[in-house]
Amino acid sequence: MARVVVGSECWPFTGGASSFDIPATSVRDLINALDARFPGLGDLVDRRMAFAIDGVIHQDAWFADIGADAEVVLIPKIGGG
Amino acid sequence: MSETLDRPTADSSGLNVVGTRPIRPDGADKVTGRAAYGADYNMPGQLVGKILRSPHAHARIVSIDTSKARALPGVKAVVTAQDFPDLASEVLEGGEQASNARDMALNVMARDVALYDGHAVAAVAAISTEIADEALARIKVVYEVLPHALDVEAAMAPGAPVLHSHLFTAGLEAKPDKPSNVAQRHLNVRGDPDAALAGAAVTVEGRYITQGVHQGYIEPHACVAAWGEDGRCEVWSSSQGQFMVRAYSAKVLGIEASAIRVTPAEIGGGFGGKTVVYLEPVALALSRASGRPVKMVMSRDEVFRSTGPTSGAVMTVKLGANADGTLVAAEVELTFQAGAFPGSPVGAACMTALACYDIPNFRITGWDVVTNTPKVAAYRAPGAPIAAFAVESALDDLARKLNIDPITIRETNAVGDGTKAAYGPVYQNIGFKETLAAIRDSEHYQTKLGPNQGRGVAAGFWFNIGGESTAAVHVNEDGTITVVTGNPDIGGSRASMAMMAAETLGVAVEKVRPMIADTASLGYSMLTGGSRTTFATGMAVIQAAEKVIDDLKGRAAKLWKISPDQVAWRDGAAHCLDATKADVGPFTLAKLAAQAGRTGGPISAQVSLNAQGAGPGFAVHVCDLEVDPETGQTTILRYTAAQDVGRAIHPSYVEGQVQGGVAQGVGWALNEAYIYDRSGHMENAGFLDYRMPVASDLPMLDTILIEVPNPRHPYGAKGVGEVPIVPPLAAVANALRGATGVRMNELPLSPPAVLAALEAGK
Repeated sequence: MARVVVGSECWPFTGGASSFDIPATSVRDLINALDARFPGLGDLVDRRMAFAIDGVIHQDAWFADIGADAEVVLIPKIGGG
Repeated sequence: MSETLDRPTADSSGLNVVGTRPIRPDGADKVTGRAAYGADYNMPGQLVGKILRSPHAHARIVSIDTSKARALPGVKAVVTAQDFPDLASEVLEGGEQASNARDMALNVMARDVALYDGHAVAAVAAISTEIADEALARIKVVYEVLPHALDVEAAMAPGAPVLHSHLFTAGLEAKPDKPSNVAQRHLNVRGDPDAALAGAAVTVEGRYITQGVHQGYIEPHACVAAWGEDGRCEVWSSSQGQFMVRAYSAKVLGIEASAIRVTPAEIGGGFGGKTVVYLEPVALALSRASGRPVKMVMSRDEVFRSTGPTSGAVMTVKLGANADGTLVAAEVELTFQAGAFPGSPVGAACMTALACYDIPNFRITGWDVVTNTPKVAAYRAPGAPIAAFAVESALDDLARKLNIDPITIRETNAVGDGTKAAYGPVYQNIGFKETLAAIRDSEHYQTKLGPNQGRGVAAGFWFNIGGESTAAVHVNEDGTITVVTGNPDIGGSRASMAMMAAETLGVAVEKVRPMIADTASLGYSMLTGGSRTTFATGMAVIQAAEKVIDDLKGRAAKLWKISPDQVAWRDGAAHCLDATKADVGPFTLAKLAAQAGRTGGPISAQVSLNAQGAGPGFAVHVCDLEVDPETGQTTILRYTAAQDVGRAIHPSYVEGQVQGGVAQGVGWALNEAYIYDRSGHMENAGFLDYRMPVASDLPMLDTILIEVPNPRHPYGAKGVGEVPIVPPLAAVANALRGATGVRMNELPLSPPAVLAALEAGK
């Protein structure tokens, strides 16, 4: 069960909840699970969010593994100059 | 002075090429003038393309009459927005950050409304520059001039002209009932900042203002475009990403990506400003209409008026601390100018604002505000220098109030491995505390100051990213190596690619030639930006080199009639490990290359990947300056920048990145600003009036490279190009505070502003 932490971008979908547990073993699983629990959130997350899995940032990485007790922090995708 | 400090855990043993300073592969071309930049490309029969730009900051386009321009002999094509598809709103991937296709198309060519002074409204292609200029003069545009709002406060004021009637503030608890110029609110809260601030032993607060500043690349935007009769197009242009140019041009024109081949030119600076398109779709449209190649080169005036600067901003910061300087709470509000379309870097600014410090309670609020100015573009560590100016200035005030050394107060609150970053994740393998210690222990920090002199310290953070990259490694028939990537070299990536390939293959770096491919010759790569190329594309190069080694070992195994696992690759040669063949000598790479035709054919490998796990970068800077109390003139005396660079693949290039970031940051702090008159027309659209620092303005910029390797990269690389521009704005402002006793909260700290502050402080 991953511990998922989300910011204000996601609150309209989560009803203001900023963290919750979701069963997922990969980023794609997590996106689908988020969408099932909070309709519309999966699409937003897929398009606009990066995934910090136990502190390591993954961006556009559906097949990245999520460990059993991982913390997954969703942050806006990052660019640069 | 430059020095490199290794943390004890950094293992650089066994590296022969990484960490050395070979001659740069692009050096001879650049010093002899042979390097071909965007404006150096020409095609037979090419036309000159020129753009007509709005003279108004905000105006409805009532009509455009191009008939007199079209009738001018020598004019071959005229285009307006009617020659481009009217795109629907759609989020575009493919660049550095998600963009809106409709906004991008409308920025390339205004459709119904001109949103800033310099906004393109029409374009011509003619057989000469003179005829093209005359054609522009003959285009009659009828405007209905509208009220304008140039900065965030004007744009948010009651009754402000609304730029986009469809724009409703996102990120609020409830959708507003009417449109406004505020595109989005960002909010990040931890703990109970209100209660913590109320209970803090000491608080400081300030309101900070920065102006829009330009990246200031020397090379203006330039391209040549040729639209073939079969619909297949060629583009030669200077950008930070040929695949970005292809994707965005195809979208703006409504054609398939494969119809366009983009060849990257040498780039004369980008710094984030060349991560979007301005000319390429227009040149393609003109070429389509005329049937001839079209060349377009911006003037400096056009670069300033029409391409993205970074945001101006208004910010407030309140910090609360215990008597020992431990931060207990922060309240930060950042309001950023996006320019004509939504999308300022305020989101990144919110994430970086408190990233250096471990603070239990905070609220960070960001506002993205559209204004009648050019749409902002990325500029090194987008948003972070602006936020750092506010936070690091406030922290300096807190240190002064508590009479604590500025390094000590930062060490008291510094993040380290295991700290939960203000933006969410838990840090790993970071070197912030090491950079603080390096500055504290530096000779610079021990140097005594004289009259009218001050010292300022500031810190900075940038995430760094990975992303999609493709690289190919080819073994040539004589044993030399060609490395091909899809990333324009804006800061030394060719050198680092060659070095990582040489290190992996075990050959001399001089045997490796790094090249940059066009969009039809190699798989996709994200653009060069986000401090990603050495990390991500370097990973692709290393993996491609490893595949080449596997191939070479396999061929050697067949020649020796042994299993490939009985072959070792070291020092650029295959070595037989089978004890029964003790008499066989190694096969060098050159020897295997010479036999390639007989042992299976060409030796080559390509790798495409999406690199994850980039390591964040931290920097701490110290600046000494002197203020002339008679004139307000500021002179930088000493400047030292310490930065966690992971592993410096080519230390000279890394030092150059740091020094370049500092120079740009000092210019941002002291002199640079977009200046508009009351009608919204930019008044300083040239380097004589837009004052950037030159070499004589700066002392030697000293660097200290801290190497805390990123374990997720084979050689420990972290991005290095963005962090160094984050601290200078505050470092200079804090030094000026020390020199004058006056806190100046608004940039630039130009001589008239300093003089006025000194007078006000008397």
